Amino acid sequence: MKMHKELREHIIKLLEKGLRLDGRKSLQYRSPIVIKKGIIKTAEGSAHVSIGDTEVLAGVKLEVSEPYPDTPDEGGIMVGAELLPLSNPEFELGPPGIQAIELARVIDRGIRESKAIDLKALCIKEGEKAWTVIIDICPINDNGNLFDASALAVISALMDTRFPKYENEKIDYKVKTDKKLPVNVLPIAVTVIKLGNSFLVDPDTEEENVIDARLTVSTKEDGTICSLQKGGETPFTFEEIDKIVDIAIEKSAELRQHILGNR
Amino acid sequence: MTYTKRADGRRFDEMRPIEAKVGVIKRADGSAFFRIGNTSAYAAVYGPRNLHPRFLQDPQKGILRCNYNMMPFSGTGERVKPGGNRRSKEISLVTQMALLPVLNLDEYPNSVVDVFIELPQTEAGSRCAGICAASMALADAGLIMNDLVTAISVGKVDDKLVVDLDSSEESYDGIVTDLPVAILPNLNKITLMQMDGQITKEELRKVLKMAQEACKTIYEIQKSALKERYVIEDA
Amino acid sequence: MTKFLIENKSIVVPGEVIAEGNSEISGDAYRDGDNLRSARLGLLNIENKTLLPLSGRYVPYRGDVIISKVIDVNLNGWRLDTNSAYSAMLPLKEGVSEFVTRGADLTQFYALGDYILCKITNVTSQKLVDVTTRGPGLKKLTGGRIISVNTHKVPRIIGKQGTMVGMIKEATGCRIIVGQNGLIWIDGQPEQELLAVQTIKKIERESHVSGLTESIKSFLEKETKNTVVDR
Repeated sequence: MKMHKELREHIIKLLEKGLRLDGRKSLQYRSPIVIKKGIIKTAEGSAHVSIGDTEVLAGVKLEVSEPYPDTPDEGGIMVGAELLPLSNPEFELGPPGIQAIELARVIDRGIRESKAIDLKALCIKEGEKAWTVIIDICPINDNGNLFDASALAVISALMDTRFPKYENEKIDYKVKTDKKLPVNVLPIAVTVIKLGNSFLVDPDTEEENVIDARLTVSTKEDGTICSLQKGGETPFTFEEIDKIVDIAIEKSAELRQHILGNR
Repeated sequence: MTYTKRADGRRFDEMRPIEAKVGVIKRADGSAFFRIGNTSAYAAVYGPRNLHPRFLQDPQKGILRCNYNMMPFSGTGERVKPGGNRRSKEISLVTQMALLPVLNLDEYPNSVVDVFIELPQTEAGSRCAGICAASMALADAGLIMNDLVTAISVGKVDDKLVVDLDSSEESYDGIVTDLPVAILPNLNKITLMQMDGQITKEELRKVLKMAQEACKTIYEIQKSALKERYVIEDA
Repeated sequence: MTKFLIENKSIVVPGEVIAEGNSEISGDAYRDGDNLRSARLGLLNIENKTLLPLSGRYVPYRGDVIISKVIDVNLNGWRLDTNSAYSAMLPLKEGVSEFVTRGADLTQFYALGDYILCKITNVTSQKLVDVTTRGPGLKKLTGGRIISVNTHKVPRIIGKQGTMVGMIKEATGCRIIVGQNGLIWIDGQPEQELLAVQTIKKIERESHVSGLTESIKSFLEKETKNTVVDR
């Protein structure tokens, strides 16, 4: 049920009164935001995040392999996302389409560029063996804003991750050691959407169908931006980018509290 | 060799702890969550809905389509590569055959009822957990069904007949028989039966009776979960 | 002799025995020997002898008035999404009462994405659906917003002789049209629309609970700080 002109005009009219379809204000996230860590026993780290009705699961698996020749003392990170048909009537079975790929790559950059994980800490034996951290994102219910929910789930799952027993060059997945994966930075993604002249955060399904453009901004605790992704067909002005970045930094501090309050 | 004790201390005819919840995926027409021990499954039902391509349509009735999938982090060992494999395709098929007999899709010619089963964590008994979740999800979706479907694995570990094999038993270093079975609790019929291992006729008879008993318990849990969905907490 | 085994107004699951004996009920149930069993998840009302569905997607029926969305415009008319597994056809002569020249651009009447209040004139055994907009009140819906509820809750939302929806209209001042297929059109002031939506969603959640009319009346009175007339 995409792109309905009348719905878009109706939402814009509501926004003139400071209201969204569900009664929220423009810069208000849905509530509750719930983060549960360590709920999946078979994963080395996991988290279940819900923002309103949108629910996402993220799980971390660790593997050992040979490091890349140009970075012999570093391990690796890999982020995958599958838009499961379970979570949205419009998702189809099959290999990840462009929407899933974009989601995975944007979240990947947020983790990688913020240096949330020290890749050198993943080294086991230089030039021979290093850990690879593989994170998989699985939405359970998509009611809009998979970007922000997935980013929260991924960083929470990483914070929950513990190394499995590694002995005689074999991983024993059944035994989790007490050694936690060192996570140095908590990057938080905030997606701001532009609709007419208004800027909104945390779009739900109906709003997502009528946006003009979006900008996902990931930031570190100190406000440094570590990932940017523009989506949608409408361009932004330079002033708008400025404004959106301010919104993102402000909202990411709020979202980070949900993670910290959860340690 | 004799098998004297189960790793978690259960009796031989005892199931792991079970949890069931209905209506957990808001966008779906029907949904449920089912957990037995450390194996958990989500099921979402979408339909009856439009079916493409045309050649798949049945002009007499709606068709049922099931997809069973393990999330990459759900295996007890290494990561499971996304995208399904021969095992998950076979499980999708037998799941579909386990659920179809209770459904009446005559009212929905040319359409499809899609059932998606996703497992966030598995530790033996995953196809049965998937079927238990799917059956609740189908009921939640308001489809015409003449019964619910319950499923459990039964079998043999060395000399003992057991119910609900866990992963240590499935990979037991000795004689193991693993028999997942799905039973219609009210109509008392079997809609899924598979086996790894060997079994005598007498043992089969005994073990199916144990499955019947276990499924009675599962049915009560499914029934409660479906009814509880409609309990309104005072605001 | 009928012996009902379930408490009145309770939820039953597929396969559950509702009664023993010769009783019949209106709803999805089947005979299994001496037993009458439920064939769905539903609400059993022993007084009325009905088994009411609580969920399930809409299935088009002749005579239903529904809100549907234009998904295709061709030479012969319009194809509509009915919020079910089956699309509907609005033939040219059923959509427009004036004379239309051959090859004229039909989007001038109804365009892609338009919502239309229409009536189902025919459903074949293959569930091919025909609709018309020729009839009192049938028309394109402009302005306002559309929400979706479960089709089985529509009778509760409308109420006996329209009393429930009438109560909401009066309390919020909104125009409200409820389609049998679960789509509902609401048009009014923004805050009032929001209240109407919240009220309707509340009815949808609590449709099977007794005392609903009173509960909704109180809710509306609390939210609008006005007395609500329950006709």
